[in-house]
Amino acid sequence: MRKVLLWLPLALFGLLLGIMGHGILNPEQTTVPSRLIGTKVPQFDLPAAVPSHAALKSSDLASGKPILLNIFASWCLPCITEAPILEELKAKGVTIHAIAIRDKPEDVARFLSDHGDPYASIGSDVSSRVQISLGSSGVPESFVIDGKGIIRHQHIGDIKVEDVPKILKALEEAR
Amino acid sequence: MKCFALLLLLLASPALADSRMGAAPLANVQLTDVRQERQARALMETIRCLVCQGQSIADSDAEMAGDMRSLIRERIQKGERPEAIRSWLIQRYGDWVTYEPPLSVTTIFLWGLPVLLLMLGGGLALGRIRRTSKR
Repeated sequence: MRKVLLWLPLALFGLLLGIMGHGILNPEQTTVPSRLIGTKVPQFDLPAAVPSHAALKSSDLASGKPILLNIFASWCLPCITEAPILEELKAKGVTIHAIAIRDKPEDVARFLSDHGDPYASIGSDVSSRVQISLGSSGVPESFVIDGKGIIRHQHIGDIKVEDVPKILKALEEAR
Repeated sequence: MKCFALLLLLLASPALADSRMGAAPLANVQLTDVRQERQARALMETIRCLVCQGQSIADSDAEMAGDMRSLIRERIQKGERPEAIRSWLIQRYGDWVTYEPPLSVTTIFLWGLPVLLLMLGGGLALGRIRRTSKR
C-alpha cells in the first residue's frame, strides 16, 4: 500500500503531462457558436448598405417563412468564395437577407457587381453592433431564421458546396 | 512597360482581412468620467477577444475587439452596470467570452479545487506536526 502511495505523485505528474501534451497537440476549437439559437432575433434597425437595396430591421426577418440571414463584408475574402453558393441557394428559392459589416456603400456596390447579388435587402452595421448582439464572431456567417423570427441554425464560416444540403435541410426544418 | 506594371504593383494595397472603416468612436478614446473609464477598463480586461482568442479585448488590435470596447464604453457612459454588460455578452457567446467564469455546475471544480487542495495540504501538515511533536 505504502509503495503504491509513493508512486502516486509521479503517476499524477505523468497524467498532468499527458493532459498538457494533448492540449498542445489538439488546439482548442476556434469557432464560438452563438447562444441565441432557439431564441428570437434581437431587435435591430439598420440603414441600407447600398442605395440599390432595402434596409434591414429585425421585424423583416419574421416574414412567415424561413429565410437565410448572411453576415458578410466586401473586405472579407471567404465571402467572395461564398458568393456563387449563395446565388445557387437563391436560385433554389431561398430568400437571403444580409448585414454588411464595417462597410462603405461604394465598396458594397462593387462587391455586388463583381461577385453577384443574391440579397433581398442589406443592412449596414458599421460598428459590428448588430453582429455582436447576434452572438456572431466573424464574417462570413449565416443564420437560418424561421417565419416567427426565431434563430434556428447558425453556420460559421463560408457556406461551401458540401454545406448546401445542410442549409437547405435547416431551412426545411424551420418551416 | 513591364517596369511600370511592377511599379503599379508596389502601389497596390495587400488584401488584408480588415475593413476600410476607421475605429469605432470609443474604441480607443477614454471616457471623460474617470470612475466610468476605470469600470470600463476593468471589464474590457476580462472580456475575451473573439478574433485573437488568447487576448482580452483591452489588449487586442482586432477591429471587432475595438467595436466591443466602444460598445462597452458607450453602455457604461449611459450608466449601465459592468456586470450587466458582462452577462449580456455571456448570453450571446457563452462563458467562453469572459475571463471570470461564473460559478456553475461545470465550473464548481475550478472554483472549489484551490480550497480543496488547501485543506488537503493543511491536513497533511497538521498530521506531520503532530507526529514529530509526539516523538
